[in-house]
Amino acid sequence: MENTDRVCFHCGASCTGTPIVRENRDFCCSGCRTVYDILSENGLEGYYSMDRTPGARPGEVSGKYDFLDNEAIAEKLLEFYEDNIQVVNLRIPGIHCSSCIWVLENLKRLNKGIRYSQVDFPGKELRISYDSRHVSLKEVVWLLGSIGYEPRISLENYEDKPVAENRALLYKLGIAGFAFGNVMLLSFPEYFEMGEFWLEQYKPFFRWLMFALSLPAVFYVAGDYFVSSYRSLRSGLLNIDVPIALGIAVMFLRSTADIVFGYGPGFFDSLTGLIFFMTIGKYLQQRTYASLSFERDYKSYFPIAVTRISGEREEAVQLYDIKKGDRLLIRNEELIPVDCRLIKGNALIDYSFVTGEARPVSRSPGAKLFAGGRQVSGLVEVEAVRSVSQSYLTKLWSSNTFKEKKEERYTNITNTVSRYFTPVVLTVALLSLSYWLWLGKTDTAFNAFTAVLIIACPCALALSAPFALGNLLRIFGRRKFYLKNASVIERLATIDTVIFDKTGTITSAREGSITYEGEPLNRTEEDMLKSTLRNSAHPLSRQLYTILKSNNILTPDEYEECIGKGIEATYREQHIRIGSGAFAGNEDRESSPKTSVHINTNNRYRGKFIFGNRYRQGLSSLFRKLSGKYRLVILSGDNESERKTLEKMLPPGVQMCFNRKPEHKLNYVRQCQQNGARVMMVGDGLNDAGALQQSNAGVVIAEDTNAFSPACDAILDASRFREIHEFLRISKKGMQVVKISFALSFLYNIAGLSFAVTGKLSPVIAAILMPLSSVTIVIFVTLLTNFIGREPNNP
Amino acid sequence: MSVIYILITVSIIVAAVFLIAFITAVRSGQYRDSYTPSVRMLFEDELVEDDQSCNTENKQSS
Repeated sequence: MENTDRVCFHCGASCTGTPIVRENRDFCCSGCRTVYDILSENGLEGYYSMDRTPGARPGEVSGKYDFLDNEAIAEKLLEFYEDNIQVVNLRIPGIHCSSCIWVLENLKRLNKGIRYSQVDFPGKELRISYDSRHVSLKEVVWLLGSIGYEPRISLENYEDKPVAENRALLYKLGIAGFAFGNVMLLSFPEYFEMGEFWLEQYKPFFRWLMFALSLPAVFYVAGDYFVSSYRSLRSGLLNIDVPIALGIAVMFLRSTADIVFGYGPGFFDSLTGLIFFMTIGKYLQQRTYASLSFERDYKSYFPIAVTRISGEREEAVQLYDIKKGDRLLIRNEELIPVDCRLIKGNALIDYSFVTGEARPVSRSPGAKLFAGGRQVSGLVEVEAVRSVSQSYLTKLWSSNTFKEKKEERYTNITNTVSRYFTPVVLTVALLSLSYWLWLGKTDTAFNAFTAVLIIACPCALALSAPFALGNLLRIFGRRKFYLKNASVIERLATIDTVIFDKTGTITSAREGSITYEGEPLNRTEEDMLKSTLRNSAHPLSRQLYTILKSNNILTPDEYEECIGKGIEATYREQHIRIGSGAFAGNEDRESSPKTSVHINTNNRYRGKFIFGNRYRQGLSSLFRKLSGKYRLVILSGDNESERKTLEKMLPPGVQMCFNRKPEHKLNYVRQCQQNGARVMMVGDGLNDAGALQQSNAGVVIAEDTNAFSPACDAILDASRFREIHEFLRISKKGMQVVKISFALSFLYNIAGLSFAVTGKLSPVIAAILMPLSSVTIVIFVTLLTNFIGREPNNP
Repeated sequence: MSVIYILITVSIIVAAVFLIAFITAVRSGQYRDSYTPSVRMLFEDELVEDDQSCNTENKQSS
């Protein structure tokens, strides 16, 4: 058992079996050792001094990138190509620490053809410029793969070039701040008006300068509010932008009139301040996580190219060029891109990501294969029966659910309040106008009318939700619950039904529980078993290998892997067969729905290892906590084999549905919603994509947040699965905070209105009241959301 | 004329210079990735050191 504390110098994994030793350092596999060799040969050993065990284990890369030799495909990936200089932007999920940045930015030392490379850490992207005379794109990608930073190249890359970031908001923030600061400075003399002669003299100059400075703020920065309120009025709604745009417009016109006729300095200070604060609010609302994508569909899961066999030749073709009848070659661990028919070889297809079916299914020639499955045993040849866009899985995305934007389906709380707020404000304004007109004081009447609209401009109201929810978004992010945007919290707060997927969601995909059933194996047999498994790359073999305790490694005299069946090995006189029931000679033909590996030694059937689902820790306590408050449903694409276990584990009243196809899941969610339920869908794979999209809040559970996850509203790190009820509770509390802050801002409005209706609103009062209300509201919601979002008894 | 015109003009110009500086900074992509540069600047020294060691090795070999 001495091996247990030996960890790989490169990747930090514990070295099971015999570690590979080089220069007194242990490595878990030859891949890690190679990376170490590459780095140390090129004087990049500094990599290891920055972080303990920084590396990622390199995956298998050979032959995988042949399609990059196809120029049409390579060109799609390139960002820039001229005079042998090529620039490519690659997404590398493996980037995770400062050492990664260092080694990736020193790529030019590993290959002289590379001119420079630059990492975008938050986006997990690497930009490489290289000389195409010395190195090809394929070689660059291969180099990255060989040092453990395998780029992800998927169908997504084929379609869209990376969109330029939205910089407009930053410009607006700068301009609004510029206008606000300078106008504030210029209006100070008027605040402390002492009747001094020289100040009087310069008043018009100061005022017109303020007017000039407010122009870009009103017309450029606040332009969005006018556009948005115009749109909302046309569609017959009153969103929060309507009173804001009205307030800004009235403020600007009234101030201009004031300085034209010499009535006073106008409200330019309040006006620009308001615009500045609102822009900050908008900026906070838009900030989200750069490295996570919430918009992914099958395209980022599918490869960009596959190998087509035409005659004797093998060539890489773009996925969209596959036509019905094409013969394709699918290698081990490759994805099946289209619906097709198996022609040659035995296929073992893992559909877990597509259907939720936990167990790989084996298919023999002639069988139909569906797009999205992953081939896990050897090489097969298939014939496409449909094109990519017409395949069974991809058709899901042409359903209506994916056509509308989710945000547009729900009105947010601010707009709901605004629906009542705006008419009230308008009534108050008109009432005071008519009151003063009735008294015959025209001047005061217009004063009061405009003052009401100015003071009622719901700055604090519009700011409270973005700040409160934006802060909660960051708090959730620290607890590894990543939301797409702040409005998701509002939807989470209203949830009354929670639907869980099974495979990968409430079970852990990474670790399964393995139990042995049958005659116990003796010491030599265990050694033989482990030594045989050591040579196999099959996922089940790898899984089984890691749990076996034997340390004595034997070298087989004969070894044979029968793809799709099992493996066979001979050690002197001993013989072992590991594989499917039929292969190992299991007479008991009753097919168990569970995945199992059968063992046969010396032509005698011994028993089987059963791969069970391993439920996530804290599952039953989570369900118990949720069960009182929410309707709970388990919606699985898998078969019923786990029903009994689940019933035992979970509180009564949890509804369970099995054998659900992706579109059934979508329809189920829709049906719940039609019955008035507000649904949260918790899923993980493409098979949940429709349901996630249809649900009020779709949450994806991810073991690795950088790995692929389908389009959703939130990504939850699997380690925080048991905290789901906490997040729901905090969301509810957060909405209460927002409501309280609304009440507070109404109080400010009432105080302001009492000045306004009497026609006595002076610019100073407006300039004090407006920032005061905004700032106190912002502080209030920030403190309160921090309080409710704190982690309980965090050590 | 009066000094106040000059002062105000100067102050506005100074503020405008900062605004332009901000806009150029945004345009050049400084706000796109606000994390990596903070790490990268710590590498610089070591790189130079490494280069020197490479150079000396080259000299020794030649």
